[in-house]
Amino acid sequence: MPAFFLIVMALVAFYLGYRFYSRYLAEKVYALDPNFRTPAHEMRDGVDFVPTHKHVLLGHHFTSVAGAAPIVGPAIAVYWGWLPALTWVILGTIFAAGVHDLGSIVVSARNRGQNIGTLSGKVISARASTLFLLIIFFLLTLVNAVFGVVMAILFESNPGAVIPALIVIPIAVFIGQWAYRLGRSIIIPSIVGLLLLYIAIPIGQAYPIEVDGLASAIGLEVRTTWILLIFAYTWIASRLPVWILLQPRDYINGQQLIVALFVIFLGVLVGWDTVSAPAVNEVSADSPHWFPYLFITVACGAISGFHSLVASGTTSKQLDKEPEARFVGYGGALGEGALALAAILACTAGLGAAGEWNTAYADFGAASGGALGHFVTGTGHFLSNLGIPATLGATFAAVVVITFAGTTMDTGIRLQRYILAEISELAGFKALSGRVNLLTTLAVLIPLGLALVPGGDDAGGKGFAFGRLWTLFGTTNQLTAGLALSVIAVWVLARNRNPLAAIVPLVFLLFMTTWALLLNLVDFFQKGDWLLLAMDAAIFVLAAWLIVEAVTALNRQRGARDPAAADR
Amino acid sequence: MADEKSLWRRFSDYHDELFMAPWRAGIAREARSEEDVLVALLFLEALGIPGPADYYALELYPDLIESFHRWHQRMGMDTFPEAGVCC
Repeated sequence: MPAFFLIVMALVAFYLGYRFYSRYLAEKVYALDPNFRTPAHEMRDGVDFVPTHKHVLLGHHFTSVAGAAPIVGPAIAVYWGWLPALTWVILGTIFAAGVHDLGSIVVSARNRGQNIGTLSGKVISARASTLFLLIIFFLLTLVNAVFGVVMAILFESNPGAVIPALIVIPIAVFIGQWAYRLGRSIIIPSIVGLLLLYIAIPIGQAYPIEVDGLASAIGLEVRTTWILLIFAYTWIASRLPVWILLQPRDYINGQQLIVALFVIFLGVLVGWDTVSAPAVNEVSADSPHWFPYLFITVACGAISGFHSLVASGTTSKQLDKEPEARFVGYGGALGEGALALAAILACTAGLGAAGEWNTAYADFGAASGGALGHFVTGTGHFLSNLGIPATLGATFAAVVVITFAGTTMDTGIRLQRYILAEISELAGFKALSGRVNLLTTLAVLIPLGLALVPGGDDAGGKGFAFGRLWTLFGTTNQLTAGLALSVIAVWVLARNRNPLAAIVPLVFLLFMTTWALLLNLVDFFQKGDWLLLAMDAAIFVLAAWLIVEAVTALNRQRGARDPAAADR
Repeated sequence: MADEKSLWRRFSDYHDELFMAPWRAGIAREARSEEDVLVALLFLEALGIPGPADYYALELYPDLIESFHRWHQRMGMDTFPEAGVCC
């Protein structure tokens, strides 16, 4: 079947979802009111609260929520065939992510722009704030560990991507200086920067950088060496003021995201490639079963709890008119779905004939360890349809994922530092108070330890537990989404409206997550992965805690309905 | 031609806003935190603490007096108790 049909199927479904389901959500569930004074107007301060045009807001919301995760998850999940992966991406985006992202903006906007952590304490229970803090701690630990490994895999397998990935740093610093020191428009420097980055790709190919010599000198594996170098970089990057590196890097990612989506879809259209992956793959008996692992593996490709942090952290404070939440929130979720679709296309239609696909996805280890390689190769193939050499296209794709992952880690280490400070303060542990360097070091060492956990389930026997770390990341991410959906469901119920739109994805996510966590517990125990077993057990406790909090809050709210609340 | 220019300007403004909007709050907070420390150091004398650099910083006072007003309000004093400083 031509891969273009997959694009048509998904985009038609997304269009229908936006046209009908998001309208139902906007009118009946969230009752968006054009006369409501949003926090951007009510609390306007020119800093946090600024009414922003809906196109700008969608642009920054989408580029903030999209990253490497919606690429990695679907790239692994096509192991079970393209049909289950695509189905969950489409249904998850329309019926779970859209509800979650739009709802997070609305509930936050209706509560003076408070973030989802504060709202969980207010809407669910005081304990839920602590629960939120713990879930975020695990989420950040796993995000940083997973993306450290992601970058190391790509640097090791694509040494040509090292120079372009490094050149992003001076380009970003230059754009930051231009914007803040000179105070001028960045349109010209950003175009020049993008051109320089793309010029650096063939240069990087001509001069690939490998660390084999360094690795053998210090007696470590190449990938371990890359992981150590990457975490050393994130320590430094996360200590710099955001305007120097993080902000312009994040912005370059936004540009890259748009370019990548455009060339992948255009490449599929021009090349008219066929899908070589089977619709449903007959996997071996010792592989993880698609039910529930598909939903955990796709993770951000269908729904991501991280979006609620962005939606309630910045987006809700900049919402000009309440009905625009539909365009921004639901639209952002669809954008993330489109990125997941691009990853599915690259890994099902970009790898060549069926035989090559079968080799690439021979078992779950090959699927998880090689997912990034498959995405890179597939994207390279689509670019070759546009007349760009496939090797250059592959390096381009590697650079896109590396820059996404690098920026996510920079942000993740910063956030982890704040969370560690808050947890140590709550625990009455004064030794860390105000010690930023020590907190940063801890924020780096915790995920670093996890990234180096031996596992041996990767393709090529590299000895890292990437596949298992990814499923743990997926469960924690879904738990974060579950917490946000609980807040949304209770808030909707309190207004005497039908909360099923939030409750159905909430129940589904919590069921899949706890089931996958239970299966993981058994698996880690049998394999003797004690560290991962402890992590999994801790996340399982958080999941059980969340279920109790959500059920209690919904029951309490059901018994205390206030007819006058419908209009608030 | 005029329309083309305005279209370019609109695109440029939209583009710049995409760059600024997500980080505006964080950067303003960081700048404000640095300014808080600077103002506290420069106005030590007004707080009753001898400031070793006060003599040299005197000429900065007119430029900082507006910041000082916002600063003491952020620090929890609606009006500054010392007469003649501000408010």
